[in-house]
Amino acid sequence: MSGLIDLYLQQFKTSLAAMLQYRAALVIWLIGQILEPLIYLVVWTVVSQTQGGSVGGFTTGEFAAYFIGLMLVNHLTYTWIMYEYEYRVRHGSLSFALLRPVHPIHSDIADNVSSKVVSLPGMFLAAVVLGLLFRPTFHFVPWAVAAAVPALVMAFLLRFFIEWCLALAAFWMTRVNAVNQTYFAAMLFLSGQVAPVALLPGWIQTTAAILPFRWMIAFPLELLLGRLTPIQTMEGFAIQGAWIGLGWISMRIVWRAGVRAYAAVGG
Amino acid sequence: MTDLAIHTLDLHKEYVVSEREAGIAAALRGLVRRQTKMIPAVDGISFDLRPGEVVGFLGPNGAGKTTTLKMLSGLLHPTAGELSVLGRTPWQRERAFLQQITLVMGQRNQLVWDIPAIDSFELNRSIYRLSPADYHHTLDELTELLDLAPLLHKPVRNLSLGERMKCEVAAALLHRPQVVFLDEPTIGLDVTMQRRIRSFIAEYNRRNEATVLLTSHYMADVEALCRRVIVIHHGRLLYDGDLSALLRSFTADKTIVVQLGDCSNDLSAYGEVVSCDEGTVTLRVPKGETARVTSRLLADLPVIDLTVEDPPIEEVIERVFEQGAP
Repeated sequence: MSGLIDLYLQQFKTSLAAMLQYRAALVIWLIGQILEPLIYLVVWTVVSQTQGGSVGGFTTGEFAAYFIGLMLVNHLTYTWIMYEYEYRVRHGSLSFALLRPVHPIHSDIADNVSSKVVSLPGMFLAAVVLGLLFRPTFHFVPWAVAAAVPALVMAFLLRFFIEWCLALAAFWMTRVNAVNQTYFAAMLFLSGQVAPVALLPGWIQTTAAILPFRWMIAFPLELLLGRLTPIQTMEGFAIQGAWIGLGWISMRIVWRAGVRAYAAVGG
Repeated sequence: MTDLAIHTLDLHKEYVVSEREAGIAAALRGLVRRQTKMIPAVDGISFDLRPGEVVGFLGPNGAGKTTTLKMLSGLLHPTAGELSVLGRTPWQRERAFLQQITLVMGQRNQLVWDIPAIDSFELNRSIYRLSPADYHHTLDELTELLDLAPLLHKPVRNLSLGERMKCEVAAALLHRPQVVFLDEPTIGLDVTMQRRIRSFIAEYNRRNEATVLLTSHYMADVEALCRRVIVIHHGRLLYDGDLSALLRSFTADKTIVVQLGDCSNDLSAYGEVVSCDEGTVTLRVPKGETARVTSRLLADLPVIDLTVEDPPIEEVIERVFEQGAP
């Protein structure tokens, strides 16, 4: 265990050092992360104002709170592993990872967490600025805010496992961009990024409840904003837990099969 | 078998490759039905290496050298045949196995590009769970042998190719592997750096009694490091034995370099004239004729200087590839 902690600390330091080498790229990436929810925020603010200050139970201030919260939740759960794997497999850098006596997922997790630590102050600053500009209405429910912390950790794990699993498509496909595009399109709608899930048509809400996307973003976000009842919260945790279990098992199976495929064709 | 560092028997590796004819119609047909073909990359090779041996693994491009190294290091699963490295099955990639081997590929990097090499070394320390004492001891040794001190704290991207390669080699050996697979470790390096890497490999082998399997297109690497060579071509074993014996059996000719002062004399009666440059004539003669031709040249012509040489090793190996096993 101490070996693994040392590995995480070292990988964390290495990733941090590598990231800080490119300050401009870091700032541009942050702007991109802020821009997307900002666009939705502006659109929904305008819609709400033209509808007399409220749409589907969301006031203009609640929309602002939702999308500012979304920016933070998305940042804390985001991974870029799906873009990485194609490169690793095609350029053979995965070979070095396979020759090391440690599973490559550890360095990916540490790398991901370190990037969040580096960019989190920037995200908080952006949240404060957007808060001053858009005047969000937060309904803080202490137990819900406390419950949002484990929900966020579970959302991160769920997103990480599912996306790591999909990233492994690179073992079989030369171009995995099609997979990535499809996944992110579904994610955009069903995780509550374009609009709160409650505002979507009934059948999309049902689909969102069945698929994992909602539990990666919308669930911890709605919990943070105090929009869920204790029963809905318990249900959410149970579904998140089930998806994490499924994601973990799938990841192990797909990884083994993927490495076998890689070992069959070389890299 | 367990006292062998590497054991292979009738090793095969086949790749499935897709193929299609040229043109739009074939491309459209390929959408519906892919045509594939099995390509044997390694076709039944067998060899053993004892602990501490340094063996040259030779063959032209596409001979199956890298595929074999990847099977030995556990990156590829053999299609058929027996394979064990340090008594373990490489493709199972057990932790204990990976702790004892390394693969250096001259054209690929494992160091993190944007940060100093020392940070990547620290990462390797934690990956291989080296104690601080062992790590610092090995690092000091590698720093001294490879003259790394001025390079360790510069970002890897700012290093020259040779400097980077020295750091790559050091990163790959920090955990003191017992089996070292080197795939073109000196490719693209200048002569001085090649020599440096070469002498380092010899020293590493001497100090650690490590087994080294080396592929290189630079015959100087092989000549300096390997008494034994394994030659493969089209995935098959052509030769396994002493480098000197291979050179002897494939060196049918000798080269005589005669310095005459000018090129006015026609020396074709003495042997095949390879070149004539500013009064220095290079002749190729059958090995058995060397003494007779040399005395005739000395007797007949105003020779200023004369040397008898073996043909360059590259030429001999090329002949091995062309003609097959002796």
